[in-house]
Parts: sequence; structure tokens; C-alpha cells
Amino acid sequence: MKKLGAVLAATALLTVAGCSSDDGDDASPGTTQPGPVTLNVSAAASLKNTFTAIAGEFEKQHDGVSVALSFDGSSTLVNQIKQGAPADVFASADEKNMNKLGDQATDPKIFATNTLVIVTAPGNPKGIASFADLNKEGVTTVVCQSAQPCGNATGTVEANTGVTIKAASEEQSVTAVLTKVTTGQADAGLVYVTDAKAAGDKVATVDDPAFADVVNKYPIATVSGAANDALGKEFIELVTGAEGQKILGDAGFGKP
Amino acid sequence: MADLVVDIQNTVPPLRIENRFAAGSTTAVVGPNGSGKTTLLRVLAGLVPGDDDSRIALGDQVFRDRTTVVPAYRRGVAMLSQDAGLFPHLSVRSNVAFAPSAQHLSRAEVTSRVDRWMAATGIAELADRKPGQLSGGQAQRVAIARALAAQPRILLLDEPFRALDVDVAGRLRALLRTILADRSRITVMVTHDLVDAVTLADEILVIESGRVAESGPTTDVLTSPASRFTATLSGLNLFVGTADETAGVCDDAGHRVGGTAGGAVTPGERAAAAFSPRAVAIYLHAAAGSPRTMLPGTVVDVAPRGEHALVRCDVGGQSVAAEVTWAAVADLALTAGLAVELVVKAADVRVYGLAAGA
Amino acid sequence: MTVGGPRRASGATGNVTGASGATGNVTGASRATGNVTFRNRISGLPAPWWVYLIAAVGVTVIVLPPLALVLKTPWDTFIEQVTSQSSRDALRLSLQTAAATTVLCVLLGVPMAVVFSRHDGLLVRVIRSLVLLPLVLPPVVGGLALLYTFGRLGILGGPMREAGIDIAFTTTAVILAQTFVALPFMVISVEGALRTAGTRYEDVAATLGASPTRVLWKVTVPLVAPSVLAGLVLSFARALGEFGATITFAGNAPGVTQTAPLAIYVAAIDDPQQAIPMSLLLVLISLIVVVGVHSRRRRGVSRG
Repeated sequence: MKKLGAVLAATALLTVAGCSSDDGDDASPGTTQPGPVTLNVSAAASLKNTFTAIAGEFEKQHDGVSVALSFDGSSTLVNQIKQGAPADVFASADEKNMNKLGDQATDPKIFATNTLVIVTAPGNPKGIASFADLNKEGVTTVVCQSAQPCGNATGTVEANTGVTIKAASEEQSVTAVLTKVTTGQADAGLVYVTDAKAAGDKVATVDDPAFADVVNKYPIATVSGAANDALGKEFIELVTGAEGQKILGDAGFGKP
Repeated sequence: MADLVVDIQNTVPPLRIENRFAAGSTTAVVGPNGSGKTTLLRVLAGLVPGDDDSRIALGDQVFRDRTTVVPAYRRGVAMLSQDAGLFPHLSVRSNVAFAPSAQHLSRAEVTSRVDRWMAATGIAELADRKPGQLSGGQAQRVAIARALAAQPRILLLDEPFRALDVDVAGRLRALLRTILADRSRITVMVTHDLVDAVTLADEILVIESGRVAESGPTTDVLTSPASRFTATLSGLNLFVGTADETAGVCDDAGHRVGGTAGGAVTPGERAAAAFSPRAVAIYLHAAAGSPRTMLPGTVVDVAPRGEHALVRCDVGGQSVAAEVTWAAVADLALTAGLAVELVVKAADVRVYGLAAGA
Repeated sequence: MTVGGPRRASGATGNVTGASGATGNVTGASRATGNVTFRNRISGLPAPWWVYLIAAVGVTVIVLPPLALVLKTPWDTFIEQVTSQSSRDALRLSLQTAAATTVLCVLLGVPMAVVFSRHDGLLVRVIRSLVLLPLVLPPVVGGLALLYTFGRLGILGGPMREAGIDIAFTTTAVILAQTFVALPFMVISVEGALRTAGTRYEDVAATLGASPTRVLWKVTVPLVAPSVLAGLVLSFARALGEFGATITFAGNAPGVTQTAPLAIYVAAIDDPQQAIPMSLLLVLISLIVVVGVHSRRRRGVSRG
């Protein structure tokens, strides 16, 4: 019995410890908090590097504010927000997913664009030269799941070219696709040009004329009912302003 | 048919046993609890290897020596324990058929063996039952049939009747006696029961602390005045002789002990009368009274037994002990060498037919 | 790589995985067999009243979520969604792979249980702990481990690839992932029964002339058949519900590696309402499995 008591006590302690390490972002909407403020930003996976940099800038410019970033496939994020996740700002990789939020998205603005590109292992050992080559014998291709913006774009390219990719796997975010290629699990993947650029010489890229016609427009908006509306708007201004645009442009994003 | 020669050494539990089990014989193994009797059986069976110095051989075939350990299933032994150990998921018939099937006999041979042994043990009508539906006695019968259907060269019995009612045990003992009478195998039987030893075994092996304390023909060992073990086994007197028409036992000198038969006793066969020392009364002179049994004897010694005295007497070369009060010892002045009359009430005596070599 | 998905996509299968050893989940079954009324009480003395209260809370925690699914099901589109191509593909794949996994679990698990139950040395105890690892390992971790074993760059996968065998992204990978997580259930179930049964029957069989192989087939395994069956059912259920290891190692391709839990996850990302019909179907299958195990135990299949 003594042992049981000790175990129960330890479990209780751990639970309490977990509860108390709160980061103070559970305020009711509209009130301003004394002390450190957390701005919750949910952004598409392809925005990871750029938004991390922008968030850093924002924190420098706003004393006492920390930006909590959440990156995932846009469709996943939309669902989370709909089910009540505490996002103040949402940046999607296409308009379709932003539209799913409906009225919850306040005043969406396009801040960047992106197109697809094929990535392969460095040196392109399988000799892939076009979109259609992805179906070549012995080539393992991975793509994004169709509900995600990158997957949706892939679907459009397939419709435009009449070529359907026999994918070995459908991933939930573009980062996942890239990882499969950079770790050698797959021979080729369809990602954004920005991802390919960020991966540098870990991958080789292959372009195809069909990609240019399929442009993903990235909208950003504040989420209505979120805690830090004003702060959220300031964040958006940073993204759409000169500094944000430079960071995005350097990463390879197209102009809105 | 060959003799089973063993020289068994084992460390845990300690055992050091040398013996020759004659072809066709039945040997009772007796001894205090924990003396190693069951281990002996398990070593003979091949379930326990024993130390490397052990040697077990059946005629020319070596079961165990420094370089060989023949596994149990290749020794041609069958073992029977106090709990029948019937396979619960098989019917009675399938249980009995287990060993013949394992010997890869033809289906016809298996059937004939099964039928034969089920008939011999009187369980034919139980053939389709499951072990869970049998009484203790029935289960033990099936176990006997199953062991014998293997037609083993060596039959090992570990207190087979201990868990059974007295009358059920009696019936099964008689059954086993009939079966063992064909002397077609070597049987080694561990028992605590004097009656088992006397009615079934030719030889008896007394084991104490893992070693052989005494060995020899059953009645010799059990009746010899020098034997310490008679007391341990059951404390009973054994009077050996020939059975007469009226369930009595007469020795060569005509001394008769009358009693009731415990099991089938054929007049003229070698038999033993078993009775407790408490059933024996000592008289200084022959007296007329209801008891028919009066044995002339000579006092050998008087020893303490619990709160009373055990007076051991010699009756025609056999040891008969009487338990009496110390007051009686003093009154009658019982000392070594005194001639006395021993009176035994027939109601307290059971007469058993002996095994052939006993 | 997104690892934000649910560990198990449907409620009831999750319960089976969470249960310890071979006992399964009794509360789920009590819901299926009707309320446990006081008329059905087994012994004379009732438990203290507050125990019933706490038990009720516990039951609610588990029973309410599947109930919520039932209440939120879009019944008008139910049939259409459940019989859509992707649903049918996913279900068929799930059932086929889970069946194959179960067979593997029996073929591998019973011998393992026999060996573990016969030996108690340090080596065996260490190995047994390792074998039971998948029971507590997060499935995604299992998937990663499998990836680095059998994937292209894996310790075995690399050489296999040279030989022309590529497992990643195939249905074989799905079966491997499922076997990895389901095998311990079979081993535990059968080993427990073997230890309880002891070796007395094997000894008897040996003295009756049965070789070790014959003893195994005719005595050992038949005696623990009920526990093999229980292990079988649990392995099947676990395999059916496997998500984390599958998506990490086998990938997600409709018709090839997209099992039902994966299909539900994907649908849930797009539109949670779409995911409900298939989820309900899995709840139903899991319920059948749980009731099946429980009623076997009730019928008093005693050994093992």
C-alpha cells in the first residue's frame, strides 16, 4: 500500500506541475493582458522558414510579445481553428482553404504566391525531365494529399496535362514530402519552389511548363473571436509590409 | 527380457541408489517423505537426467551414462501418478490410444490395443467420456489403461492409489495385481501403503535420505525383527504363511492367525496377516476365550512407544509386536526371554495374498 | 512530416489497444450486452454505493464519445459515403492486412510463447521485455524504427534494395507495421496460459512415448487453444486500428497502404463530417470483436 500511495502522489504532483506551467494565453476575447503577451499564428507548412524570421522581427519590434507559431498543412490548420484552436492569425497556402473558414476569417489579404516544382535526389539519378516522367518505371514519387493546397495544385496540374501521378504515398504537408525526398525514402516529390530553394543542394530541381499555370495565392487573415485582434493586425501589416515581403521574396515566393 | 540395472547419482535432491530390478519383477519403493522416492522414478523415466556419473541400463540398452542421456519418450517407460493426469481435451479412448498412436502403429493395431486394455481395466463403457466427467477411481483406471496400452518395458507407479477411497483403492489394487501377474514388464512402485507393498511387490527398496537403507524380498524386509522401517511404514505386524480355507494364515509350524480377507485370497497361496500391535494382547498362559488366534512366542525386547510400551516377540522366527501399558509390563514382569501367549482378535486382522516373489 | 494526427482514429479500437494483456475491455462489452442490473449481480454483497458512482463516471468517459459519433452521423449520406470507392478500398485493405497480420501473429507468436514459458534465465527475460516493447511504444516511434530497419536506407532495407526487394510504400509494409504492434498481444495471451498449465501433461506425454514435436501438436497447443483464440482476436483488433506506425512507415496511398484509420484521418482533415460514417463502421467492427472475446470468456472456456 505504501508503494501505491507513493506512485499516486507522484502522479498527482506531475499533473499539477503540468497544469501550472501555463503560458497565459487563455484570456477571454478583447481584454488586454498585463505582462507578456503571446500571439498565436497558424501558418501553412511552406511558410516555416519565412514566418519564423518574420516572427522574430515582430518580437523585436514589440516588447513583451512572443509569437507562438504553428505549422502544418493548411487543411489541418483550418480544421483545428474551426474546432476552437486558439489562433489569432492564419496564413493559408491557398484561397480554397481560407474560404473554408468563411466568416471566421476577417479580411483576408493575399501576401505571396507559390508554384510547384519537382525535387529529386542531388544529381537527379533517375533522370526525371518532366511531370510525366514521374510515372516512369522504378520511380517512387510522393505528393501532398489532395485536401492540402500543394495537393490541390498537383491535382490541377494533373487535370491540365492529362497525366495522373501514381504516387507511392500522399503526405499531409509539403514539408513531409520534402523530407521523404531528402532522406532518400522517395525518388521524387512535388513541392513548392520555396521549399526546393530552402533545401538548397540537398535536392535537385526539375521544372515543367505546366507548373507556371498553377499558382497558389497565399491569403492571411485574423481569426474572429481570437484574443489578440489588434496585435494580429499588426502582424499582418508586417507580413504585407516591406520587411515581410523582402523576407518572402528572398525565399522564392512570388509577389501577391 | 532384461534386468534394469541402475546406479543413480543426483545432487539436487541428493540421491545415491544402486539396484538391480529383475526382469518381470515388481519392486516397492518406500521411505519417509522427502527421501527421494519420486526423484528416483523421474530419473528412471528420463524426466530428470541425474548426474553424469549415473548409469541406467536395461539389458544392453543404455539409458544413461556419462555420454548419453536417452530422452523419456525413447525409453519405453510409462508413468502413473496419484493424480491420473488424463489429457483433459481428449476422450477416454483417445487418452488410451495416445501411446500406441505415438508408436506409429497401424490404426488396426491401435484399436486392438485400446480395446484390450480398456476391457482389462473395465472401462469400455467410458470410452467416449471426457476426463472431466469421471470419478477419481474411474480416472485412475483410465490412467492405468493408458499406461499399459503403451506396453511399456518399465512401469513406474507413484503412489497410484493414495488419492482414492479405501474401497476404490482396494478394487484397483486387485486389478493391478491381476495385470502385474503376467510378469511381462519391470514395475517400480512408490508407496506409503504396506498393503500395496505386500500384495503387489516381490522386492522392496527402503530409501532414507536419498540412499538405500534396506532392500530384499518384501516380507523378509517387513517382518525382519531388525528392520527399523517396519514401524515407519505403518507400524503393523505382518505374519507370513500360507492362506487356509477360512481366511487365516498358517506358518510352517502350524501357528495360525485368523482374520478377514482384504481382497481375493486363494487358499494355499502365500499370504500375510496384517494387524496393529494394539490388537495384540499378551498372556502368560494360554487361556480359553473367544479369540481363535493364540500364538506362542518369546519376548525379544520391550521399547517405549508413545506413552505405552511395545513388546516385540518372536513367534516361530517372525516378529510380532504388542502395544501394552507400562503397568502391564510391570505386572507381568515382561522381560527378554519370557515365554508368552499372544492373542489376536480376528476382527482386527486383514489377510492379503502376497506377490509371487514376496 | 506531419505527425499531428490522432494516435488511433476510432474510439473503440483504441480501448482494446490500451487494455493490459489479454483481458480486453470489459466496460465496452457491458454496453453491448446491456446494462448490468442488480438482478445480474454475481455475489451476495453489493459494493459500497460510492464505488458505483465512480464506476458510472468511468463508464461515461468511455461510452459517451462513440455515442456522440452515432448522434452526429449524417445518416442521409451515410450509405453513400461508406460505399464510396475510397471507403471500400480502405476497408478492404484494412480487413485483408489485419487478417494477414493475425495469421503471422499466430505463426510467430505461439512458438515465442512456448519458448518464453519454458525458460526463466536472464537472457529470456531480457528478450521477453524487448518483445513486449511495442505494447508501450508510441506507434509512430514504432513506425520510425521500422523505417530505419526496412526502409530504403534501413539496416536491412538497404541490402534488400540491392537485391531488388523494396518494402517501403507497399502493402507488405502495412502488414509489417501491424504485426509489429499486434504480436505482443498474442505472445502475452498464450504465454500466460502456458505457464498456468505447467508442464505436467507434457511430462506425461513424454513418458507415453510422444516425441517433443508430437507433444507440442497433440498436447501443448490444444490445451491452450482458448488463449490462442483470445490472442488472435486481440491481435486482429489491434492490427485493424493501427495508425501511427502505418502512416510513418508504409505511407498513405489509396488502395495500397491507406487503411481505414488512415482514410478516416485524411477525410477528417478535409471535412470531419465526412469521416464519421467510416469511423462508425470501425466502431461497429471493434464492438463485434470485443463482444466476441468477452462472450468466449463468459462461456467458461476455462483453460488459459
